[in-house]
Amino acid sequence: MAESHGEAKGPETGAHTEADGGHHSGAFPPFESSTFASQLVSLAIFFVVLYVIVSKLALPKVGGAIEARQNRIEGDLAEAQTLKDQSEAALKAYEGELASARSRAQAIGNESRDQANAQAEAERKTLEEQLAKKLAEAEKTIASTRATAMSNVRGIAADAAGTIVQQLTGVVPDAASVNAAVDASLKG
Amino acid sequence: MKIDPIHQFNIEPLFTIGHIGNHTIAFTNSSLYMLVAVAIISILMLASGTQLVPGRLQSVAEISYEFVASTIRSTAGAEGMKFFPLVFSLFMFLCVSNLVGVIPYTFTIASHLIVTVALALLVFFTVLIYGVAKNGLKFFKIFVPHGVPGYILPLVMFIEVLSFFLRPVSHSVRLFANMLAGHIALKVFAGFVAMLGFSLGAIGWVGGVLPLALTISLYALEILVAFLQAYVFAILTCIYLNDAIHPGH
Repeated sequence: MAESHGEAKGPETGAHTEADGGHHSGAFPPFESSTFASQLVSLAIFFVVLYVIVSKLALPKVGGAIEARQNRIEGDLAEAQTLKDQSEAALKAYEGELASARSRAQAIGNESRDQANAQAEAERKTLEEQLAKKLAEAEKTIASTRATAMSNVRGIAADAAGTIVQQLTGVVPDAASVNAAVDASLKG
Repeated sequence: MKIDPIHQFNIEPLFTIGHIGNHTIAFTNSSLYMLVAVAIISILMLASGTQLVPGRLQSVAEISYEFVASTIRSTAGAEGMKFFPLVFSLFMFLCVSNLVGVIPYTFTIASHLIVTVALALLVFFTVLIYGVAKNGLKFFKIFVPHGVPGYILPLVMFIEVLSFFLRPVSHSVRLFANMLAGHIALKVFAGFVAMLGFSLGAIGWVGGVLPLALTISLYALEILVAFLQAYVFAILTCIYLNDAIHPGH
């Protein structure tokens, strides 16, 4: 039945237009066996074409894109982790460096303070010694100057006393007695 | 005003390709819509770029890929990924052709039993041939469930064998019947609008609001059904393939 039906239908249906809907001799189209061969052939052709496109081109391409993205994300995460580790290590190193620098600075500070103290102490000592020396010299000078001055004063006083006595008495006094008198009054 | 809800399923030969035996092989409107479905899938999957941050088209392609891949993995396990191209082709072919078929004045490929039967038999024989090739006679353990008492086993085996060979029937008829019934219902309810309007005049046009509202809700349902039946077909394919991969279960 199907064969003869198909033969009869083939050329005929081409001429039909949309308007006369009932040209399939009243049969329900999905059960119209004359159309089965055409449908099966087109389905076979197009499904095989689709299968080839999907399996050879489409899925590798889209799957590759998804995998590339996945790899990229994982790579980026790993890189971020490495960078984080690196920065943490750098931070640790920096902190260590800072601590050691701080202790070194303290040590240097202490050392230089001690040095400065010692130097200052030494300078103070030498200065004191110098000053003491100068003081002693100065005292000596003062003493000698004073002695000189005193001796000068004695001379002047003796001269003055001699002259005064001469003026008053008209007698030139004995130098020795004048000196003795001056000495006595200087001591007085 | 004559309403013919069946007219939409007519196969119209566009031109003749050749003859096989007594059959005339024609390029029909069905062939045209198969070509359209293949073209849409190819454009979607191939023209969508492979950027790191996907655009819209690429997102749709990748979501389709991930959707089918996760369906296979969850029902047939990692080994089921061997059949990824087959399941993907089936799902996309049916999903795209069904969704195109919901557009008014178009043709729905899956509304013809011969097409769904052909696809269901493709799955059936893939399962049978792969199952036997991979597992040998162990494949037939799928007919012998665990923990069934001996005296009842012949009956259970009979039922299992019967259900195995009825799989292509339920697999194909489910898709076919859903698409057919949905499109007929849409056409009938939409026809009511025009019928009321032309026969009752102004009152009819006002009254036509009801079937129009129903048509719109049915249309939304049909869009869901178009996707869902493609998904059901694909997931049943995965479940059947799982039998071929792991016959012990």
